[in-house]
Amino acid sequence: MKPPAKMSKPTSLFVIFFSLFIMSEAVFEDQVGKFDWRQQYVGKTLFAHFDSHSQSSNKLFLATDKNIFASFNSRTGDLLWRHVDKVGPEGTIDILVLHGQDALMVVGGGRLLRSWDTNMGGLNWEAVLDTGSFQAACFVAIQDTVKHVAVLKKAAISLHYLTNGHQKWVENLPDSDTVQYQAVYSGGEVEVYVLGVVPNSHLTIIAYSLEDGEIIKQRSVEAPWLSSVESSCVVIGQGVLMCVDPATLALYTLPIQAEEAPQFNQILLQVTPVQPRLEVSLGFQPVLVSSQPHPARSPISEFFLQLGPDHHVLLQLNADGYTIAALRDFQPAFLVSFATTGEKTVAVVMTPKNETLYVHAFLKKDDSVDYRVLVQTQDHALTFIQQPGRVVWTREEALADVVTMEMVDLPLTGTQAELEGEFGKKADGLFPMVLKRLSSQVILLQAWLAHLWKLFYEARKPHGQVKNEVTIETLSRDEFNLQKMMVMVTASGKLFGIDSKSGSILWKHYLENVQPNAVFKLIVQRTTAHFPHPPQCTLLIKDKDTGLASLHVFNPIFGRKSHIAPPALPRPILQSLLLPVIDQDYAKVLLLVDDQYKVTAFPSTKNVLQQLQEMASSIFFYLIRSDQGNLSGFRLRKDLSTERIWEVVLPTEVQKIVAVNGKRPNEHVHSQGRVMGDRSVLYKYLNPNLLAVVTESTDAHPERAFVGVFLVDGVTGRIIHEAVQRKARGPVHFVHSENWVVYEYWNTKSRRNEFSVLELFEGTELYNSTVFSSLDRPHLPQVLQQTYIFPSPITTMEATLTEKGITSRHLLVGLPSGAILSLPKMFLDPRRPEVVTEHSREENLIPYAPEMPIRTEWFINYNQTVARVKGIYTAPSGLESTCLVVAYGLDIYQTRVYPSKQFDVLKDDYDYVLISSVLFALFFATMISKRLAQVKLLNRAWR
Amino acid sequence: MASVPRLCLLLSIIPTILILCADFACCNTGRKTGDGLDTDFSGFSVPLEHSFEVDDVSRFRMRGALQLRGGRETSVSLSQSQLSEEDRNTLKEVAAVDGLYKIRVPRVSLTDRQTERQMDGYLTAFVRACSLVESHLSDVITLHTDVSGYLIGVSIVTIPGACRGTEVEDEVDLEAFNTTLTIIPPTNAPQPETALFIERMDIEHEKRGKPQEQKSFFAKYWMYIVPLVLFLMMSGAQDQSGGGAANGGGR
Repeated sequence: MKPPAKMSKPTSLFVIFFSLFIMSEAVFEDQVGKFDWRQQYVGKTLFAHFDSHSQSSNKLFLATDKNIFASFNSRTGDLLWRHVDKVGPEGTIDILVLHGQDALMVVGGGRLLRSWDTNMGGLNWEAVLDTGSFQAACFVAIQDTVKHVAVLKKAAISLHYLTNGHQKWVENLPDSDTVQYQAVYSGGEVEVYVLGVVPNSHLTIIAYSLEDGEIIKQRSVEAPWLSSVESSCVVIGQGVLMCVDPATLALYTLPIQAEEAPQFNQILLQVTPVQPRLEVSLGFQPVLVSSQPHPARSPISEFFLQLGPDHHVLLQLNADGYTIAALRDFQPAFLVSFATTGEKTVAVVMTPKNETLYVHAFLKKDDSVDYRVLVQTQDHALTFIQQPGRVVWTREEALADVVTMEMVDLPLTGTQAELEGEFGKKADGLFPMVLKRLSSQVILLQAWLAHLWKLFYEARKPHGQVKNEVTIETLSRDEFNLQKMMVMVTASGKLFGIDSKSGSILWKHYLENVQPNAVFKLIVQRTTAHFPHPPQCTLLIKDKDTGLASLHVFNPIFGRKSHIAPPALPRPILQSLLLPVIDQDYAKVLLLVDDQYKVTAFPSTKNVLQQLQEMASSIFFYLIRSDQGNLSGFRLRKDLSTERIWEVVLPTEVQKIVAVNGKRPNEHVHSQGRVMGDRSVLYKYLNPNLLAVVTESTDAHPERAFVGVFLVDGVTGRIIHEAVQRKARGPVHFVHSENWVVYEYWNTKSRRNEFSVLELFEGTELYNSTVFSSLDRPHLPQVLQQTYIFPSPITTMEATLTEKGITSRHLLVGLPSGAILSLPKMFLDPRRPEVVTEHSREENLIPYAPEMPIRTEWFINYNQTVARVKGIYTAPSGLESTCLVVAYGLDIYQTRVYPSKQFDVLKDDYDYVLISSVLFALFFATMISKRLAQVKLLNRAWR
Repeated sequence: MASVPRLCLLLSIIPTILILCADFACCNTGRKTGDGLDTDFSGFSVPLEHSFEVDDVSRFRMRGALQLRGGRETSVSLSQSQLSEEDRNTLKEVAAVDGLYKIRVPRVSLTDRQTERQMDGYLTAFVRACSLVESHLSDVITLHTDVSGYLIGVSIVTIPGACRGTEVEDEVDLEAFNTTLTIIPPTNAPQPETALFIERMDIEHEKRGKPQEQKSFFAKYWMYIVPLVLFLMMSGAQDQSGGGAANGGGR
């Protein structure tokens, strides 16, 4: 597979085309979805609406905290369509309201007003609003038809047509510097009411004419107890404003439309003639919940009053507008909601503690009311429930924000494991060994009988019922270890175990009390290879502000929390490192360094501590304080204290450290060097302790900005190489592997993205070929570097990883478009020659071209784009040719890549029949001809 | 095939090294021109301290003085005294217990004269004491600076670097340091080589452009077409004389 050495016309283009031809690889149509899957998520729901437009519709509309507007099928929970807006405050969805077929949305803190067609998910129109922070919005109806939408901003109110988004009128609000306008109300009349409050002074009600925006009336009501309309007031019944005062525990009512000098009417909760007595829990701020089923009509007169975290009362405002009556007391009830269909209204209460509740009521054919409920829970799961309390579907929206992940090998089947266990144990005498052998034979026999029984049992059942689903019980490693368990950690603190083959969630575990700004580090302490010890993962959860950390130890296959008690960590943790030291249970030792440079070992058995003492002088670690630009190295002492042995300081006035990356510990490098054109070897500088430190200049001026790349030995603190990329700026994405570092940055002068590759070589002779020690490598390596133009910005980068490192490497580049590019490392090779020579051709080097190509057949995820890709995880499989890839962001995409094609696997369409028939035919032909030859020989002998 | 490639290997390596050196130099000048303050550098000295203790607790003592000279050509020299009898013994003891020999220099700026040159803190590096003893105190100290001339790191290695456990009998070998001192500024990473590439493409274009002028179809294949036409004409002539039967054969 080498390009021909003797080409008639050795032009560089030939070489390029030829090498491209070798590597070009794409998915065939019939392979789509065979080895890959994608799951799409939307995030945590902020607003949800049911499609009540038509009776038979089963659509749900959601707006989420990830700035996504999406529609689901309510029967199955499948995503129908979604619109992914910009990240950050620019795309924040302030409100989502639904009327008929129009979904209205205010986006970006009152920047845009959008109307979507709910049927197809298309944009009807978009209107740019005047500046000012968004407060409230509501539909405005005249004579039972909704024609307008009112948007209230901090200092202005505007009315827009529903059909085209054109502005009907906009009016400045009077005294907007003192009055805080917080609510807008329309009850189907010709006026739009705006409610504002001067905290602890008075309430302002302004009525605007629907026609031209003229102020019809303006009232001011004394309300020294009121601080916010938004949080303590609702409109109920025939335009009655009801507020709750937590200080005096009283309800206040006020007719909004009242003509002359209105006054609040006080209803003290303690003295109301309502049974049972309305008593507010200590320290709880009561909350009112009401419902306005249709914008053309006034709200219903029933409302909920929340008296405690789990206590709600359903109350009714009497027709006089001054007195209330209690309908029912609900305790415990955490969530309440209303839903209306036709003339009937359903009030729903929910007991388990959850976050938000959305209800949809509809009339059944027999005119009885039925309802469906959508519940958003704290762990970001979205559950859809139908009337008899049946859970129809659940979506794990926590997976929209995966923070870190690991892939763990699946365990062997019981019988395989039993056999393995026999050899794995240390020999303890002849007799116990015989016993163990016998017992394992018995277990094997048992398993075989069970298997037979199962076959027999299943044979009696009808064919269709035999399920072949993946469950946690049936999980076992496949022949080539292609199926693995994906352990995913999400920002909400929920852990998932996902089968990499099908993408089904096999277990989940919600960690409560995880701070929203926590950082996670997932560590595999024991793999599945040590039967009968279960595999063990440890999640380090660290609070970013305080630095205090806690450990969660669990079994990655079943998700169960381990019974091993993690050590208490009273001090902030600076660094964690996994040592290759194992305890007697084959768990790798995790060292945690606290802010006094004291070390805690986990597990910390006697055996481990003894091993640590013996090895202490060869355990080195580094700490990086990017705020001080300080890199320092430490050595462990016998008493588990540490000593500082080196220090490098990058002045923060000049540059700041943005990222530090070592190499992956499970990486294998098969070849020690590169064979050059003249058959000599250029040895790679393979320092396992090498750190790549990337800095950015503090000076942001495009002429003076730079990106620094430092290669530092993590043991000795020696700066191996220091390169400065001038006129460059971040964000820098980089990969550090084998003997190379690839980084990508923004060139401020040429205004383009560029890729640069650094490769380190020892030269043509190795200093010490048997073992690498950072303490004994006096000569600095040769560093080669080349830079290329990359025609697209990138969001993340990772390198492929295979079992033995024989397969050539590819870089997996996540692009903002959602595509994942598999870029051959061959293109990022600093030895690419400027001028083609005999040698470079012999070596299969592609001639240098400043621009890096992007070929569509390199996109490993064809049309399955991964929105907002945040990270790519690669894991080796049991096949050398195959690397498992998981890209996560908003979506999760899993696939396999074959950087050097599938050299160790027969193709799917391999013709077994032909080969075996030819083989058999040849075999028989040999037999027959042999027989014939014998007969002939015999005959000749007789002659 | 074997003898020619070897030469070319040498050629292919040498340019890379040369390029590195060239970068080195250009970076040096590039940095200094920006400062504009490079006239009055008379050099200054900072202490180089070392520490080697049996109990591995750092107690830094004076080893020598580094003469630093900033400006257009950054240079550095080291003046150091010999090791005393007591120090030699301690060093041997430390080497015996596989202790560390540490050095440190204060954080300084080579270019910034006006403001205080010295910042708080030190840059530290270490080497195994046994390797220092076994190499007869021949060490290589490298100082690294950043783009604006601050010292950011120091490193020390011995040549040879290994500890083989050989005994050093001669006391004289441990008296004086045999130090190689270098100062390394950052190298400039290369930019994409567009100009060279375009030039090369142009040359290739020219080369290919001359001999391969696009000939017309007829000009290229006239030697096939003319006999064919002749043949057709001949067969046509036959056709007229031979009648309808030869018509199919002529096609």
